Amino acid sequence: MTGHEHAHGAPSAPTPDAGSSALRLTVTLALFGALAGAVLAYTYQKTLPPIRKFAGERVEIAVKEVLGAPAKLDTLYLVGGKLSKAPPAGVDPLEAVKVFIGSNAQGEQTGAAVEEAAPGFSSDVHLMVGFNPSTSALTGFKVLAQTETPGLGDKIVKDSSFAKQFPGKLANPLKGDKNPTTDPSTVQTITGATITSKAVIKVINKAVETWKPRLDAYAKGGGQ
Amino acid sequence: MTTDTVVAADAAEPIVPGAPPPGPLWLDFWRGIAQDNPVMIQMLGLCPSMAVSNSLANGIGMSAAVIFVLVMSSVLVSSLRKVIPNEVRLASYILIIATFVTISDLVMQAYFPLLSNTLGPFVPLIVVNCIILGRAEAFAGKVKPLRAAVDALGMGVGFTVALCSIAAFREVVGNGTLLGYHLFGLNYEPWVFMIMPPGGFLTMGLGFLFMGWWGERKKAKLAEVTA
Repeated sequence: MTGHEHAHGAPSAPTPDAGSSALRLTVTLALFGALAGAVLAYTYQKTLPPIRKFAGERVEIAVKEVLGAPAKLDTLYLVGGKLSKAPPAGVDPLEAVKVFIGSNAQGEQTGAAVEEAAPGFSSDVHLMVGFNPSTSALTGFKVLAQTETPGLGDKIVKDSSFAKQFPGKLANPLKGDKNPTTDPSTVQTITGATITSKAVIKVINKAVETWKPRLDAYAKGGGQ
Repeated sequence: MTTDTVVAADAAEPIVPGAPPPGPLWLDFWRGIAQDNPVMIQMLGLCPSMAVSNSLANGIGMSAAVIFVLVMSSVLVSSLRKVIPNEVRLASYILIIATFVTISDLVMQAYFPLLSNTLGPFVPLIVVNCIILGRAEAFAGKVKPLRAAVDALGMGVGFTVALCSIAAFREVVGNGTLLGYHLFGLNYEPWVFMIMPPGGFLTMGLGFLFMGWWGERKKAKLAEVTA
């Protein structure tokens, strides 16, 4: 094997007119680009509805889980610092900042669920946080996205005994402790994943601190 | 081993310099699985093999996407080999590959959303996977579509075998599960290290060691026979 044929890539194409002309190169590439664009536009159109459907379902499942399957679920959108039943104009309702309000069969409010995030050990921890806006008592949380260390930080998802502590705790604000505790506003952090546990607590406090005043103001305004 | 001995088996197809020598189709398929395995022998596509091999489910999903992109782009590259000007062939190949990758990414997001979530950016990154551009340049651009498809399928299956064995090993040792089923009961304390990046390096190193030992043994046996 001489090796020369391999040194400089493929030699010229078999047909003599297959190279050189700048026009030919441009036209070929442009044509390929246009074709690829058309194929992708078609695929995008076809896959957009199921992708959006899943994104909506995922949030709905999380909301129902943290609010304990409420009889009725309302959505309020944040428009200009205030809550409103109508989504802000010109914004995709899926992308808009919003809060979900759960009520029981008698029409009494049982809890509010919001999406919030804070940095953990190696990623942002995104949670759906459920709490009772009048008492600041938590109804639960669900991890929407995280890429924390497998086997340590991801216990916030996999270790159910961590998540079980939260319902009923008061976020005024919520604190973490490495020892077992009976304090109404303290939870036990996970051994080896203190930073991630504290991130969960931080997200919950942030959610309650930001959204309780908004919900209070909305309730005072007679729900308008 | 030299190209001088190659005889044009197919008169209709002029031999393109640097083209793979003509041979039976099964060999084109088998080469990708065994003696030219993309991961274990050619050492291509190591980045996804490292990143998504922490569970078998991820490995299977990734392999399916790679096989789809590899076969489709190889067939298209081969069909268009006389249309694509030599000077812009790499740009055209990347364009073709990127189109199929985006299609598979969108389809995964739409119909396998959970898998798409865990694979994250590694599906879009198939665009820069050397296996696919490598096969387009070294093989598909120089042969007829049927051979290109068979070769691509072989390489894809070879990638699958390598990725899934690494992934299965890492998941069993590092998480105590296989495809999510607990193998050793709930009291097993998994060796978490194995599903983290260092475990990936270690597993691949062991794999390469085994392949090297296997190759040496084969060579020694061959020398014994000829001696």
